[in-house]
Amino acid sequence: MNAPAPPPAPRPAKPLFPEEPAERHTLSVTVDNEAGVLGRIVGLFSARGYNIESLTVADVSPDHAVSRITIVTTGPRRVIDQIHAQLERLVPVHSVTDLTEAGPHVERELALVKVAGTGEKRVEALRLADIFRARPVDTTTSSFIFEVSGSTSKVDQFIALMREVGLVEVARTGVAAMARGKDPA
Amino acid sequence: MSGRDLTGAEILLEALSDLGVEVIFGYPGGAVLPIYDALHKQRRIRHVLVRHEQGAVHAAEGYARASGKPGVVLVTSGPGATNAVTGITDALMDSIPVVVITGQVATHLIGTDAFQECDTVGITRHCSKHNYLVKETARLAEVVHEAFHIATTGRPGPVVIDLPKDVQVARARYQRPGTIMHRSYRPRIKGDLAAISAAAEMLASAERPILYTGGGIINSGPMASQKLRELAGLTGAPVTSTLMGLGAFPASSPQWLGMLGMHGTYEANMAMNQCDLMVCLGARFDDRVTGRLDGFSPRSAKIHVDIDPSSFNKTVRVDLAIEGDVGHVLDDLVKVWKSRGLRPSVSEEWWNRIRGWRAVRCLAYEQKGPEIEPQHAIARLREAVAHLDPIITTEVGQHQMWAAQHFPFEKPNRWLTSGGLGTMGYGLPAAIGAQVAFPNKLVIDIAGEASILMNIQEMSTAVQYRLPVKVFVLNNEYMGMVRQWQDLTYEGRHAESYTAALPDFVTLAEAFGWKGIRIDTEDQLDAGIAEMLAHPGPVFVDCRVKKHANCFPMIPSGAAHSEMILSQADVSGELDASAEALV
Ligand SMILES: Cc1ncc(C[n+]2csc(CCOP(=O)(O)OP(=O)(O)O)c2C)c(N)n1
Ligand SMILES: [Mg+2]
Repeated sequence: MNAPAPPPAPRPAKPLFPEEPAERHTLSVTVDNEAGVLGRIVGLFSARGYNIESLTVADVSPDHAVSRITIVTTGPRRVIDQIHAQLERLVPVHSVTDLTEAGPHVERELALVKVAGTGEKRVEALRLADIFRARPVDTTTSSFIFEVSGSTSKVDQFIALMREVGLVEVARTGVAAMARGKDPA
Repeated sequence: MSGRDLTGAEILLEALSDLGVEVIFGYPGGAVLPIYDALHKQRRIRHVLVRHEQGAVHAAEGYARASGKPGVVLVTSGPGATNAVTGITDALMDSIPVVVITGQVATHLIGTDAFQECDTVGITRHCSKHNYLVKETARLAEVVHEAFHIATTGRPGPVVIDLPKDVQVARARYQRPGTIMHRSYRPRIKGDLAAISAAAEMLASAERPILYTGGGIINSGPMASQKLRELAGLTGAPVTSTLMGLGAFPASSPQWLGMLGMHGTYEANMAMNQCDLMVCLGARFDDRVTGRLDGFSPRSAKIHVDIDPSSFNKTVRVDLAIEGDVGHVLDDLVKVWKSRGLRPSVSEEWWNRIRGWRAVRCLAYEQKGPEIEPQHAIARLREAVAHLDPIITTEVGQHQMWAAQHFPFEKPNRWLTSGGLGTMGYGLPAAIGAQVAFPNKLVIDIAGEASILMNIQEMSTAVQYRLPVKVFVLNNEYMGMVRQWQDLTYEGRHAESYTAALPDFVTLAEAFGWKGIRIDTEDQLDAGIAEMLAHPGPVFVDCRVKKHANCFPMIPSGAAHSEMILSQADVSGELDASAEALV
């Protein structure tokens, strides 16, 4: 065998912590409800190349002073820890809780799902909606808007089924989440 | 509880003065005229008029780094604010406390693309530690006090206050706020004692320890440098530092290994590579320091002390992380060491290895003939001025690295250089800021001929305020550092790195009202330096040096500490594709 030696392979660009698989984490962040705070958070994710799967925000205190932001993100453990630390570094951030890390918690999202069709398809859509406890919130003779809520995977599944019976469009809220039990996160 | 009825502009100055601000670096414009008018009517705060807003921020940084006090900047809206962005980013990367006040169009015009409107809070959101758009005069005092609190505590950094013109004009009561207890921002000062005790035990049992120190020690204040010396004395560990931390530990100490990292010494990098315990004190495992991560000190245990917990495990995994102000942590570490009666176990063999690496004399150079070696110029400069305890600033490039290597420091706050952002044009305005803080000290900007042109206009500022700064240019007629990388990575194809069409710097200096000196050959070097020092005003020295010298040692991007290039003779053509992609 005297085939020419293959050229040396270029050194591959290595990820920083190659051994770690990506994980999905839900972070609950309370912030001062001030102008620009969402921009700071979203900008942090884009500037440092972190993923956002979903992000929800609304003020949650009677005086509108504090908002809760729920972020679903994916990444290797180190990156999740970095995201946590970087969020805590922002001046208007009160607290960051990694709900996935902290223990049992509830995650819900809501979707509005528009389906159009007549005859057999229309009956099937209604039947499936019933199984998923999705409520029709708007009805015409040729369409429905269903409201469905539950875990992300349940909503995903419902939407996938609706594709087969005339899905037109979807609006989703993203995840709202909270730790189980009597204590705040 | 009355307070006084003042305009927003007056409230700003009142608050600044209550915060101990003595000087503002600024540049006027339409959106800050009320503040300039208020400045004109008072005598407590001095204003230094720069010639470009980038210069204002670098001057404020220089002031802050030399004095330990926050620097303050005042610029107008739109172009004033955007010109300041490089300086703000520089201060963020190097953790320098500055407060930047930008004018803004009146609140009712915001969002209308008004004349000289720009989204300053949007633009500076991610290059400042924090920023504010103040919409009510009544909130202004509180914001200014809070801004200083945030800029100067925790990991310091730049804070921007965007101030619409109508808010500057409207009236409100000013009352000095009490101590700031921020709702969410609470940096941790003291480190966890259990962790500190564990660190002390680890240090006491290490045979091959090293203290890896950074700019955090300088930021923490003189006490941190003092405690570092004590800890080094107690533990007998060798000490190295990042570019930012130079001066925190005296270079004359036998325990000093020199700077580490890309252009650090052979002994510092080898010791980092082979230590059994690394104690990182106020540094952040920057890529210029670590080189290739999987080759970075593979067998050591690592302790990391930092005030910013987001620095922990960001790129390098550490075994023990201690969150807190490094000065306080060092103080506790020393106390624990003493109270437990710990004894070092540093092995003689470790110091023997270090002696072996030192014997390589990685910084050696040979000055022969009339052409000046850049290292020699710095060494002669240092020889002539060391007894004057000068403040040195730099621009960015080879001259910066040679200065770091060949101008050793004994004390903190004497070395001001743009590390994280690597901003050409930093050195002259930073020197001006340092000179404003210390009018009687010798302040020298060690510069490159390309960098100095980036903020050359600040020569006027020096003249106006009679600031006797010295600029010492190592003129190699090249963007030397760019050329060096082209030599190493692109087979010497020097694309656009020759600084052609250079001005006659002596004439240029004289046109600004400076003294200009040109040094062409080695025999003129000492006399030229002496002439520079003898002149009481600002001096520009155009020191012609060897054109093709490269700065070694060097760890190429993407290489490990143990793969250091010691001299031009070790350079081997082109890098592979993945290394080429690194900066
Ligand atoms: C604002 C800015 N632009 C570009 C660079 C990239 N850069 C780094 S060093 C350098 C050359 C500097 O040349 P000079 O000031 O003559 O210094 P020398 O390396 O020759 O000592 C350049 C262009 C930079 N660091 N900053
Ligand atoms: Mg040059």
